[in-house]
Amino acid sequence: MSEHHHKETFVTKYIFSQDHKMISKQFLITGIFMGVIGVFMSMLFRLQIAWPEKSFTIIEAFLGPHQNDGIMNPDMYLALVTIHGTIMVFFVLTAGLSGTFSNLLIPLQIGARDMASGFLNMISYWLFFISSIVMVVSLFVEAGPASAGWTIYPPLSALPQAIPGSGLGMTLWLVSMAIFIASSLIGSLNYIVTIFNLRTKGMKMTRMPLTMWAFFITAIIGVVSFPVLLSAALLLIFDRSFGTSFFLSDIFISGEVLHYQGGSPVLFEHLFWFLGHPEVYIVLLPALGITSEIIATNSRKPIFGYRAMIGSIMAIAFLSTIVWGHHMFISGMNPFLGSVFTFTTLLIAIPSAVKAFNYVTTLWKGNLQMNPAMLFSIGLVSTFVTGGLTGLVLGDSALDINVHDTYFVVAHFHLVMGVSAILGMLAGIYHWFPKMYGKMMNKTLGYWHFWLTLISAYGVFFPMHFIGLAGLPRRYYTNTNFPMFDDVADVNVVITLFAILGGVAQLLFLANFFISIYRGKQAEQNPWRSNTLEWTTPVEHIHGNWPGKIPEVHRWAYDYSKVDDNGDYIHGEDFVLQTVPLKDGEDPS
Amino acid sequence: MLALFYIFIAVVIGVSFWQITRILNFRTVIATDKDNDVQGKLFLGFLAFLYAMMIYCLIFMNVLMLPESASIEGEHDDRLFNITFILIGVVQFLMQFLLFYFSFKYRGKKENKALFYADSHKLEAIWTITPAVVLVVLIGYGLWQWNNIMDLSDAENPLIIEVYSKQFQWEARYAGDDNALGRGNVNYIKGINTMGVDMTDVNAQDDKQVTEIHLPKGRKVIFKFRSQDVLHSAYMPHFRAQMNCVPGMVTEFGFTPKFTTEEMRVQSEVVEKTAVINKIRKEKGEDPYVFDFILLCNKICGASHYGMQMKIVVEEEEAFNKWISQQPTLAEVIK
Repeated sequence: MSEHHHKETFVTKYIFSQDHKMISKQFLITGIFMGVIGVFMSMLFRLQIAWPEKSFTIIEAFLGPHQNDGIMNPDMYLALVTIHGTIMVFFVLTAGLSGTFSNLLIPLQIGARDMASGFLNMISYWLFFISSIVMVVSLFVEAGPASAGWTIYPPLSALPQAIPGSGLGMTLWLVSMAIFIASSLIGSLNYIVTIFNLRTKGMKMTRMPLTMWAFFITAIIGVVSFPVLLSAALLLIFDRSFGTSFFLSDIFISGEVLHYQGGSPVLFEHLFWFLGHPEVYIVLLPALGITSEIIATNSRKPIFGYRAMIGSIMAIAFLSTIVWGHHMFISGMNPFLGSVFTFTTLLIAIPSAVKAFNYVTTLWKGNLQMNPAMLFSIGLVSTFVTGGLTGLVLGDSALDINVHDTYFVVAHFHLVMGVSAILGMLAGIYHWFPKMYGKMMNKTLGYWHFWLTLISAYGVFFPMHFIGLAGLPRRYYTNTNFPMFDDVADVNVVITLFAILGGVAQLLFLANFFISIYRGKQAEQNPWRSNTLEWTTPVEHIHGNWPGKIPEVHRWAYDYSKVDDNGDYIHGEDFVLQTVPLKDGEDPS
Repeated sequence: MLALFYIFIAVVIGVSFWQITRILNFRTVIATDKDNDVQGKLFLGFLAFLYAMMIYCLIFMNVLMLPESASIEGEHDDRLFNITFILIGVVQFLMQFLLFYFSFKYRGKKENKALFYADSHKLEAIWTITPAVVLVVLIGYGLWQWNNIMDLSDAENPLIIEVYSKQFQWEARYAGDDNALGRGNVNYIKGINTMGVDMTDVNAQDDKQVTEIHLPKGRKVIFKFRSQDVLHSAYMPHFRAQMNCVPGMVTEFGFTPKFTTEEMRVQSEVVEKTAVINKIRKEKGEDPYVFDFILLCNKICGASHYGMQMKIVVEEEEAFNKWISQQPTLAEVIK
């Protein structure tokens, strides 16, 4: 590519940039912004859950017409729950996580000058930006934002008579998501093409770091499943605006019979969860990929079972596309389907167990460097195990009957894909911050951030399992109508306090992040003494990544602490860059 | 207690600002041996915290749990749940121990060398095959039980009840002497015919519309669910029963009540839970709670979703027959 420097204006460098490194930063900052909104919303509705219908000045301050004297309206409670879910799943953990790290790392770790198409990459970001704007704007429409739950099941999401949020708010939600899906598809296709075609000499697929494998497979599941959500959204738009009956039938509301005939809400559920379940892995796999890299680097050991890890990523990805029905055991679909989905769902436990055991074995007899990124990665393994295990209850159709849509589910998926993915994302930020900004983040703040986050995550979601087992349904504005739930009220107070603690702890991160961009210590080229290619690029960002030729790769990414027969490091240090050729007589690993 | 939490949070905020000022004059940015040591020990401490929390929740939150299944079919749910939960518990204790203990034990030191250990087919085979074998048991039992619950074809002389949902209310209809429900559709909704029953249908004449469900102990009940507007979910936690109500279709679920309401009220778990609840209610100056079976809505259905419920009474066959005979038929009510 270009040997001479292009003349860059402010606009081409910071706004309409086609450089993958800048685009990744744009994704990250937008993701963080949306994350602040999403987390803040959860604080507000946690206040309502812990102290139902109590007046709070913060609610009065933020909810405008959707509250009375600091008490939020039931409609607004549902809207907050809905938008919190939407923002966290799609805008933070899909775009914010995948968008940031796929963009940053794919060209750098496979040895490419940039993405296959820098232009499409730019389009992908700007579509994401527009969809974020539309979603934020939807918060301000008169009747309130979408409030049918993040799963937007019709008829509730189709009929403004059923809930006010299903008016303009829902329209904007659908528009925003349609744009978002376009962004995600363009991004994913770009990632796949880049990984297939632009690997540097010697970078065989089997030499790629596990991050690359995770991003690669994630992009494939995205391409397979996101279009189905788009079709569901379009059909729902047809039902809402053009009078079709794909999802609606036999409805009597506000004193009149509507004209819809022959549609089925169950069809929508199938379409939604055909994306919805793979989405869990779209969120989780990049986090696991990041973790694999960080745990190996900071353990100064090769990741244990590299090939088994790739195999389990593939197995999880494949299975993830044929298990969507476990969200619908009691939807009214044929019970035989329930049996099939139980079988496929529980199979996912096998590759997941392999991954968890491999992480633990990687730590065994390591020389663990407790950098903040490493702490977050260990935290991820912990929450992934805790949250994943309860999947054995929920995936089993017979047991799901009684815990379906209770707080048990909320606890399960928050731990296994919410908290885990967030911890993975934070680990990635701490680890690759020097690569993104050429500065180091503060370590001590990182430690505080980690411990407060982990403790509050467990404090929030561990007791939540038990109030779910008490039969408490999710998405209840208040439980005071049911004396049988009076005994869980105290638990809800504790959960909310931990939630507030967890939310406040993120301020440490925000401060650390933004202050470090400007005042952080200058980064070395390879601060974590890592093997992968991104650490061979100069600290200062340049177009094309490497000043001279792209380096050639001679080994896999995990030759940490490789010793010869005398027990000395073969290459003199406990890490060997992928660009270092094999010595005479050295076994390729 | 609460005040302590507020103080704790205030301290955290204070510390955080102190730390932010420190950011300007830090020394190292990469973990030193001292950091490794401190953080490794903290992991061990966290393991203790996690164990303490798990044990606390398991022991002290046990009283919050639902009492034993009040339906015969649900007994196997409880057993399967217990097996699964014990398994989960053991794996959880073990995995968290390995993870955090290794994090502590192998915390980095300058002079240490990590072991280059990249692969072991034997180990990987072990942790692929072990979960697979365990899953065969769970899947086998689970599928058998799923079939056991969902297959309603072999029920002898079941009691048929339609449960009807709308924003934000439940209604129910008994099939009457012929034990067959009359046709229903939203187009027939008019005046007091709130469930949209087709009154030209012969089967509809002896149907009985009620606002409270009564069930006879020991007889299989088959519920037919309908909804007139949005999705609702009929959740009867004490019976381990739940099914969505879907506009445009009829869904079904069945179970056999095992205890009457009176029997449940004196059952030890219920007595204990009720005592806890009533202690809380007394402090707030509210009327004491008496146990009742309940049907609640468990699918987001609109603003008042959180209030949608109906009482269920289980009684002996005799009392049930007396109650049902007192209910008027639709033919008597809707002229």
